[in-house]
Amino acid sequence: MAEPSGGDPVLRVERLFKRFGGVNATDDLSLDLRRGEIHALIGPNGAGKTTFIGQLMGEIEPDSGRILFEGRDIAALSTPARVRAGLARTFQITQLLGEETALGNVALAVQARQGHSFRFWARAGADESLRAPACDHLAAAGLAARAQVRVHEMSHGEHKQLELAVALASQPHVLLLDEPMAGLGASESRDMVEALKRMKGGLSILLVEHDMNAVFALADRVSVLVYGRIIASGTPAEIQADAQVRAAYLGEGDA
Amino acid sequence: MSLFVEQALNGVQLGVTLFLLAAGLTLIFGIMGVINLAHGSLYMIGAYAMAAVAAKTGSFLLAAPAGLAAAALAGVAMEFLVVRRLYARDHLDQVLATFGLILFFNQAITILFGRQPLFVQIPPFLDGSVAIFEGVRYPFYRLVIIAVGLVTAIGLYLLIARTRLGMLIRAGATNRDMVRALGVDIRALYTILFGVGAMLAGLAGVMAGPILSVQVGMGEQVLILTFVVVVIGGVGSVRGAFLGALLVGVVDTMLRAFLPGVLRQVMSGPDADALAGGLSAMGVYLLMALVLLVKPKGLAPAHG
Amino acid sequence: MAPVVTGQAASARRNLWLGALVAALAALPFLADLAGQPAMTSLATRIVILAIAAASLNLALGYGGLVSFGHAAWYGIGGYVVGVLYRHYVSGDPFLGLSVGTDQLLVTLPLAALVSGLFAAVFGALALRTSGVQFIMITLAFAQMIFFFFVALKAYGGDDGLIVRRRNSLPFLDTRDAATFYWVCLTLAVGWFAFMGRLVRSRFGAVLAGVRQSERRMAAIGVRTYPYKLAAFVISGMGAGLAGALMANHARFVSPDMMHWTQSGELMIMVILGGAGTLLGPAAGAAVLILLETQLAALTEHWQIVLGPLLVLMILFTRGGLSGLARLVRGGRDG
Repeated sequence: MAEPSGGDPVLRVERLFKRFGGVNATDDLSLDLRRGEIHALIGPNGAGKTTFIGQLMGEIEPDSGRILFEGRDIAALSTPARVRAGLARTFQITQLLGEETALGNVALAVQARQGHSFRFWARAGADESLRAPACDHLAAAGLAARAQVRVHEMSHGEHKQLELAVALASQPHVLLLDEPMAGLGASESRDMVEALKRMKGGLSILLVEHDMNAVFALADRVSVLVYGRIIASGTPAEIQADAQVRAAYLGEGDA
Repeated sequence: MSLFVEQALNGVQLGVTLFLLAAGLTLIFGIMGVINLAHGSLYMIGAYAMAAVAAKTGSFLLAAPAGLAAAALAGVAMEFLVVRRLYARDHLDQVLATFGLILFFNQAITILFGRQPLFVQIPPFLDGSVAIFEGVRYPFYRLVIIAVGLVTAIGLYLLIARTRLGMLIRAGATNRDMVRALGVDIRALYTILFGVGAMLAGLAGVMAGPILSVQVGMGEQVLILTFVVVVIGGVGSVRGAFLGALLVGVVDTMLRAFLPGVLRQVMSGPDADALAGGLSAMGVYLLMALVLLVKPKGLAPAHG
Repeated sequence: MAPVVTGQAASARRNLWLGALVAALAALPFLADLAGQPAMTSLATRIVILAIAAASLNLALGYGGLVSFGHAAWYGIGGYVVGVLYRHYVSGDPFLGLSVGTDQLLVTLPLAALVSGLFAAVFGALALRTSGVQFIMITLAFAQMIFFFFVALKAYGGDDGLIVRRRNSLPFLDTRDAATFYWVCLTLAVGWFAFMGRLVRSRFGAVLAGVRQSERRMAAIGVRTYPYKLAAFVISGMGAGLAGALMANHARFVSPDMMHWTQSGELMIMVILGGAGTLLGPAAGAAVLILLETQLAALTEHWQIVLGPLLVLMILFTRGGLSGLARLVRGGRDG
């Protein structure tokens, strides 16, 4: 399909393959993420969405194919190196530091962004250069009032918001969101959609999501993943009208 | 040449002994997720029970099963009273609780049998040596150990690969709920498995009894060597345990046998012996470091 | 935890408590004399020294989640630095062509920490390629290897170890006086605990706490954890080496027994007993374990038959050692 608006894609995936045992988790997957867009990736459970994000982040090694981030092949980069280069993700099953406060989680990500942490004496908790940006990121994710609460005392919805704040703290160019709405109540979902809308344009987002209302409210483009393959790609309107997609996915009652 | 063959066989004999311990340890870890430091104590209990019954009755044929039974019973009791409560705990808790068990068992054995090592005669019907080929004779008893070890290894392989219990073991390692859904009492399965592991350790202790001195502390020495075997082979892998055990057994024995001679070529006698003693004691640990550098997950890891 | 508003008041109160504790500990030799039990000073010295070792292990184990079962090796190496240097000091023989012998504590202590740290760096670099249960086994195995090395090291006593006839000396102080040596150890312990306290609240400490809780999260915020784990392991080894050097002076003897695997186990017990990942826990753990051992040993030579099951019960029925026990007694919830 033709590229409507200019510029190289910030993230380009070319012919990615990954097999687990006899199953094609990722099957000839190609995809572009344009600068500043929200690109939604939808598909039924087990379509390989989380595996795909794992490969983008370097947590899972693809069997073949290329991933170009800002024009550069990142195959050789470890996960931390990819994060430092400007990729960040959130986890569908949240991976937070349970004993720390919300602020502590975000401040640690800010700290990681500032370079090495071989500083043994000064108190990290009293460091304004960590605290101030961390508070900003918490506010951006709608958690300003919950900064001092420990993670294991927070609700599931707040964990999702905190995942977002932590990802933002590494100042990514590209943000990979793995089902940020999953398990949220109606009003929490609305808050999350609003939070993501505010970020729109500033960074490029690949949004893996089941919540079709959220997808159609946020996405510039939508790709549909089934059994590791992209079966359709286009604007939200095109996808909604696509008969194949309706049969494979939307017709299953999720919309 | 004959010395070389003899030492190689000694290495294999040490290897199969280590395998009996490593197989139990790695199975228990792979399936129940428990690291059991007191595994060496089961080896010691097997050896002591055998030695005690042999001293009383003079019959190895009575003593050997007594050793196996004592180790298996101690293992089942250990699982039932302590280890069962550790399945859901982290490794640190498991290490410390089973460390406490070692202190207990060592002291209990000291009270029962004193600090002097016990010596056990090789039973007459297993004594003597046989010609394995032209001009090379080898102690019959050690050949029997090798044979028993290899038969056990094959039996274990068949148990895991071919039987219903083995199927449950393999399934239980990856999916406890699935095994439960099959209507199997997983607690009983674990107790049985722990008992089997304990009996293998007891078997190693029984067989080693007549060629080593039976003493308090024998369990920990062999336990740490067993850890080396498990790390080299790959944690949780019985095949890896077999490979690692033979490798460690042969390398350790060969270094002890031949390193002093090699070093005496380049330095004076006493110095060479001292250095060789140190190097050969460290040899298998260096081997482990080497394996770790090349393959951090071991030679034959259980998964992937 | 204290709310933010009262944070300053709480920290002032905490400092007051710590000050009182240190003052009480400093007064201990006088109290021992008053009570007519001068041996108490020697016992307290042992506890203070082992508290340093346990606090060091706690950095790796309690804060970093690195379950090292081989810390006795670094402790013993620290002891051997003192022993070997003293031997060369007495005999005047050079070591590797260098005339290195010394009996100056100001030289031997830093050197012991340094050498232990170097060994911990080499073996830690290898061991940290693994994690979980393999890490436990490997640290145990490496410590055992170092143990065998010193057993075979006939030039320095082998199995029998080395006698340090006179304690290392300090300018202006008589280290042979039991109380003076106790105060030297106490001062170093206070310094080491203060350093640990700062360390775990620093940026480095924040990363370490993150490593313990989720390696995956650390990778996802762009942190390569290996160098931090190694640094924690090395600092931890240096502290253990320092403690070993002090113990060699206290006991005036070093032998491979210092690095026996049961010593590693005891250090772990101290940490867990006092509460892993707490600043003063290891000191409390060291005190309780040493006192318990001396009391039981006075009752029966088979004291381990009591200590072993006690340990099992503690692990099974309390979480977080003594603090867990206190919670249990108060009828609180099990954490």
